[in-house]
Amino acid sequence: METLAALGGGFAVALSPENLLWCLLGTTLGTAIGVLPGLGPALTIALLLPITFQVPPTAAFILFAGIYYGAMYGGSTTSILLNTPGESATIVTALEGNKMARSGRAGAALATAAIGSFVAGTVGTLGITFLAPVVVDFALKFGPAEYFSLMVLAFVTVSAVLGSSAVRGLAALFFGIWLGLIGIDLQTGQARFTFGLDELLDGVNVIVVAVGLFAVGETLYVAARRYTGNDEIVPLRGSLYMTKEEWQRSWKPWLRGAAIGFPIGAMPAGGSEVPTFLSYYTEKKLSKHPEEFGTVGAIEGVAGPEAANNASAAGVLVPMLTLGLPTGATAAIMLSAFQSYGINPGPMLFQSQPALVWGLIASLYIANIMLLVLNLPLVGLWVKILRIPAPLLYAGILVFATIGTYGISNSPVDLVLLYVIGIVGFLMRRYDFPTAPVVIGMILGPLAEQEFRRAMTISNGDWSVLVTQPLSATLLALAAVALLGPMVWRMARR
Amino acid sequence: MTKPPSTGPAWPETLIGLGLLGVAALVWWQTGEIRTSPMYAKVGPRIFPYLTAIGLGAMAVAMVVAGLRGGWQLDEEREVPTDWRAVFFVGAGLLANVLLIVPAGFTLASVVMFVLVAHGFGSRQPLRDAAIALVFALSAYFGFAKALGVNIGAGVIEKLLGG
Repeated sequence: METLAALGGGFAVALSPENLLWCLLGTTLGTAIGVLPGLGPALTIALLLPITFQVPPTAAFILFAGIYYGAMYGGSTTSILLNTPGESATIVTALEGNKMARSGRAGAALATAAIGSFVAGTVGTLGITFLAPVVVDFALKFGPAEYFSLMVLAFVTVSAVLGSSAVRGLAALFFGIWLGLIGIDLQTGQARFTFGLDELLDGVNVIVVAVGLFAVGETLYVAARRYTGNDEIVPLRGSLYMTKEEWQRSWKPWLRGAAIGFPIGAMPAGGSEVPTFLSYYTEKKLSKHPEEFGTVGAIEGVAGPEAANNASAAGVLVPMLTLGLPTGATAAIMLSAFQSYGINPGPMLFQSQPALVWGLIASLYIANIMLLVLNLPLVGLWVKILRIPAPLLYAGILVFATIGTYGISNSPVDLVLLYVIGIVGFLMRRYDFPTAPVVIGMILGPLAEQEFRRAMTISNGDWSVLVTQPLSATLLALAAVALLGPMVWRMARR
Repeated sequence: MTKPPSTGPAWPETLIGLGLLGVAALVWWQTGEIRTSPMYAKVGPRIFPYLTAIGLGAMAVAMVVAGLRGGWQLDEEREVPTDWRAVFFVGAGLLANVLLIVPAGFTLASVVMFVLVAHGFGSRQPLRDAAIALVFALSAYFGFAKALGVNIGAGVIEKLLGG
């Protein structure tokens, strides 16, 4: 009951005309950048971070959350019509969705993706509403040692477990942690890794890193791969409404996808690739039409993964809001937005900023409804956006990158740093390194250090507190299993 | 996800590993330069940087070993030839932007970058691109940047228009 009252208060905040407009702006922008290849929610929110100096936090987070949810919807449109996933989370959608579009059922594929996203997004938001207070109660018992161990667990899962290689994931993570350590150490006032440059005393700006990796690096990567620019957009044919049979084949995958996606997203591991693939294989196994998979395109193979994708996106917000633990690049950038307001996400947030938290959660319900309208009746609009020629799109992305970076301090040094990180990002893309751990390490690394030093101060420098307190020991053991388990398994199978 | 057959060392991957080893050494060396007082001996500002250097070094060694054993890049990626011409024009655009933004202002620098990058991506209509870039950069300057309240370098064009 307490939760429902709090949610009611949240709706009072989210339904104010001004916040509705922010939500509409966010969902529209989110869908657009989700549709466009090369632009993602992490990059967009990073470019918009300066807005935190202009508007109250509630408005900014409603905007950011709208972008985040919207990108998940928009990405599926690109996957289905272009077979180039707009977002990494929609790779699986492209498998069956594009085949459906090619066999003349683009309308049904778009419809089941949008409605499935709505169903799963709403289920996921319900999950946030009722799971978050439970996690908060639990998290209030955490001390610095537990927080540090939890962050270690998150580091391991986001970099070593997800993705194709533990070594490259961890290398990206440590690189990010190092970037995060640059600047004045807040506890002792000592400069670290500034190489005598005054520009680095305040640290490396997260905007520079995110824009460098996701905009400059991506542009160089696409250019280097000899972009031919003749991706074929499947014309939108057929009705956008699903037949009775298509509804019958869709609703169970939607619910199963949501049930797979939300818990995985809510774990301190995050990531949407695992749940979407899991959902895909589940539906392939359960389908009464297995012959359609990989040939003409099976609607279950779109409905399930799309639902899983959106539910896991919602799940990621649980550790982010309740523990201050970002498990994706977008969540990490949102955390840095909280920091720019001087707000620390975590269990105390629900007590100190109830209007902000519950207003944000309520706005997620509203965002889902807006997105359903934006992505079904108005889908033709987004198809037009897909027709922007690649040369103009990527040139435009670099202009925005300049504004976001040069606007920080009007210093060309920032632009040089942006391009250096862009080259690093290009090499990472080209040689199969995940880039999200860099951003997560950069934001979460200094927080982990802070908790570590707090724990050491309490224990008088005795490292053993990390393993003598049961909860902390359990978390570290989980991290060790997650890191070493797959290696041991591989060796045992040999 | 097939591993490439081990046909001798893969030099790009080995070089990346060696480069990261260099970064790890740099982090280690610079950590030693951080001043610290005995007051903070046990929880000082050096512990985390040292751990980071060790982590980077360990991953770098693993990557050098993997590189010498044939690398990890997927065959399909390895077979895509790098389009150096496109990279050159995108790089030239970025360089022009850095060099021009202070003396010429944001809009002019953006137009030059836009045209060069679009050319790198295969566009062959520089005048059309320049026109689009001008409209785009000006609307970005007066819309996006002003709405965000960020201040970006005004040059001749912006001042003429009252920026």
